[in-house]
Amino acid sequence: MMDFGFKLSPSSAVNLDTVDRARYDRLVQLVPDARTCIDCGSCSATCTAAPWSGMSVRKVLLGLQRGRDDEVDAMLSKCMLCGKCTMVCPRGINTRQLILTLCRLDRKGEVVR
Amino acid sequence: MRERFASHFDPFVIPFLVGMAFVLGYCLIAMIRVILQLPKEDRRRFLVSLITPKQIWINVRDIFLNCLIHVKLWQRNKMLGFMHSSIAFGWFMIILLGHLEVILFVPERIHLFYYPIFFNYFVAETEQTIQGSMLMFLMDFFLLMILSGIAIAIIKRFASRIVGMRRTTRLSLLDRVGLYSLWAIFPLRLLAESFTAHISGGSFLTIPANWIFRQFLGNDLYALPTWWAYSIALGVFMCVLPFTRYMHIPAEMLLIPMRNAGIRIRHPRKGFASLEVYSCPACGVCIDACPMSVLKVNCKDTTVYLNRQLRRGNERRIAEISDKCLLCGKCTAVCPVGVQGPELREAQRARRKYALSPSYAGINVRPMASAVAGGAGGASGGVLYFAGCMTQLTPSIRRATASLLDKAGVRWQMMDPDGGLCCGRPLMMAGRTEQARELIAKNLEIIRASGCDTLLLSCPICYKVFKEDYPLSDIRVVHHSVFFQELIASGQLKVRREEGHKLVWHDPCELGRGCGVYEEPRAALAAAGELVEAGKHHAESICCGGSLGSLSLGFEQRKAMTRNALDNLTVADPAEIVTGCPLCLATFVRAADRPVRDIAEILDTRS
Ligand code: SF4
Ligand code: SF4
Ligand code: SF4
Ligand code: SF4
Repeated sequence: MMDFGFKLSPSSAVNLDTVDRARYDRLVQLVPDARTCIDCGSCSATCTAAPWSGMSVRKVLLGLQRGRDDEVDAMLSKCMLCGKCTMVCPRGINTRQLILTLCRLDRKGEVVR
Repeated sequence: MRERFASHFDPFVIPFLVGMAFVLGYCLIAMIRVILQLPKEDRRRFLVSLITPKQIWINVRDIFLNCLIHVKLWQRNKMLGFMHSSIAFGWFMIILLGHLEVILFVPERIHLFYYPIFFNYFVAETEQTIQGSMLMFLMDFFLLMILSGIAIAIIKRFASRIVGMRRTTRLSLLDRVGLYSLWAIFPLRLLAESFTAHISGGSFLTIPANWIFRQFLGNDLYALPTWWAYSIALGVFMCVLPFTRYMHIPAEMLLIPMRNAGIRIRHPRKGFASLEVYSCPACGVCIDACPMSVLKVNCKDTTVYLNRQLRRGNERRIAEISDKCLLCGKCTAVCPVGVQGPELREAQRARRKYALSPSYAGINVRPMASAVAGGAGGASGGVLYFAGCMTQLTPSIRRATASLLDKAGVRWQMMDPDGGLCCGRPLMMAGRTEQARELIAKNLEIIRASGCDTLLLSCPICYKVFKEDYPLSDIRVVHHSVFFQELIASGQLKVRREEGHKLVWHDPCELGRGCGVYEEPRAALAAAGELVEAGKHHAESICCGGSLGSLSLGFEQRKAMTRNALDNLTVADPAEIVTGCPLCLATFVRAADRPVRDIAEILDTRS
């Protein structure tokens, strides 16, 4: 490996070539608005669960596209569906529907039955 | 009086008998199934209620008032009320009188099922006695009553606006067969009785009709085929009944005693839920009432269509319809049968499978609990104010509430000054009751630590769940509108009234229909200004469109509903719109053409 003068810790490296985006692709199929997120962070700023869980819809969407599946699941499992993020989203994304839909998808992006 | 046929039988009664046997057998089996599907304790409760004298009387009264007289429909729409009750009550009376005739004149034939129905064919000349002519008169009278109801029904089908309904349901094929056979039954009965009136007697309808027919027919050849037709119409109607909306007739008779016994929906499809679904006559009242119907695409997602899809087992549509609803409860408020649209939907949502289930058991609430312990509330009681998630988005409510509490000299402290946990109601609405229980346990820990004796809420969504699902029987759970009204009434809070300043109160769904709080906020507002009413108010108030109940409605669709709700609120041209829910407030301010404020803000500026 070339020496850049700094090291990358393997655990936080994102290799887009190996990321499986199945879950994200399925999500935007089911909730097309998910694509319109502008990463403004309003949802993260208002999130009721954020102070003790780091939950953020913005990060969930990013994490899905970067293969951070464990982080995404940890965040999703703390959302209380309170709806604050939906109220503040400037893009009018139905974030609760987005979260509930994600909870129904397995890692391969299939809806569980 | 004489019997016309020694055999007491004619083949034309066979279609009727077949239909009768089928429908009775079917309903009996269906009834036993529903009862068996109830959870054990519910079943016991129901069966015990059936033999409790007081309960029996209530059941008989309710069945009479609802199934025959249709009082609830009368209250809503006189025309529809008349239509349904004339058909139901008239038909009931004709059957009853038919039996009376048999008992009076040929008691030895009472075991023949068809005798009371086709009495005038088998028995002749009963009008010559006083009882006979009286009964004949009543028969014609009730037949006329039914026919007038049928006439309205036909008009309604083709021009629903005449009876005051904007939209009516679309019928399925079998429903149509049932409908047309029902329409046919009574005109055919009139014809059949008219053709035989000169033999068997009749009254003010059938005798003149008989006279007219005889002027140009001159023989009796038409009589028997008409009786056949009458019997066939009855038979067809009864054979299709279980597969049409007319199943509501037997279903409602079971629904009423079950509801009176306190049975609730426990399973999304079985037992009480299926009974509610089958009790829906598809009257369509809920279509116009539903706030989603402002957009035509959503008309097919109203409760009447949920019931239909549940009967058909169309899973895709059931899921869609269940997710879209705002759970505002208006359909239940207007439904003549009392079908619980929101509860039915929540049960469907609870059935859904998830790959990922949240868990809140690991949340450490000790810091929040110790922050409230020993505060202003202390062990000796006091008020604990929980603002809730949504109020965090509308800090003006929180400020006004705090200021009012201080002005009134109430000993209080805040439960979530730096944000807290969600109350659990949104999870329940999404059908995730198990997870909601975990949150409830966490919140309880904090409340108990505070030692408060009153829990004050400014959000009706929280209020409902704290009141109904938290084991807090020793703590008073109260909405701020009620609390402030009490402070005003007791003189602890002085409010200046501004004459001529028109205020309209928007009943939030969860507070009004959800918890039955209507009058206290109005009384408090009347102390601050001139109270005016919206077009639709109290139990019929229109959801703001922002409800957390809907899982799938998007922003644009909700906007149309919000505008519709605002139009309704501003009919009396109020200077300000007042509500008691942070979510309604946040939803309305975006679209309103005048100030929208919380009741606490109004009271705070006037005190
Ligand atoms: S709904 Fe979930 S993600 Fe959105 S603000 Fe509430 S807790 Fe956070
Ligand atoms: S508020 Fe909406 S647009 Fe902004 S980051 Fe969150 S989801 Fe994306
Ligand atoms: S749910 Fe109620 S209001 Fe709606 S069609 Fe059925 S009976 Fe009528
Ligand atoms: S609860 Fe409200 S939104 Fe849902 S179907 Fe009934 S009236 Fe419509």
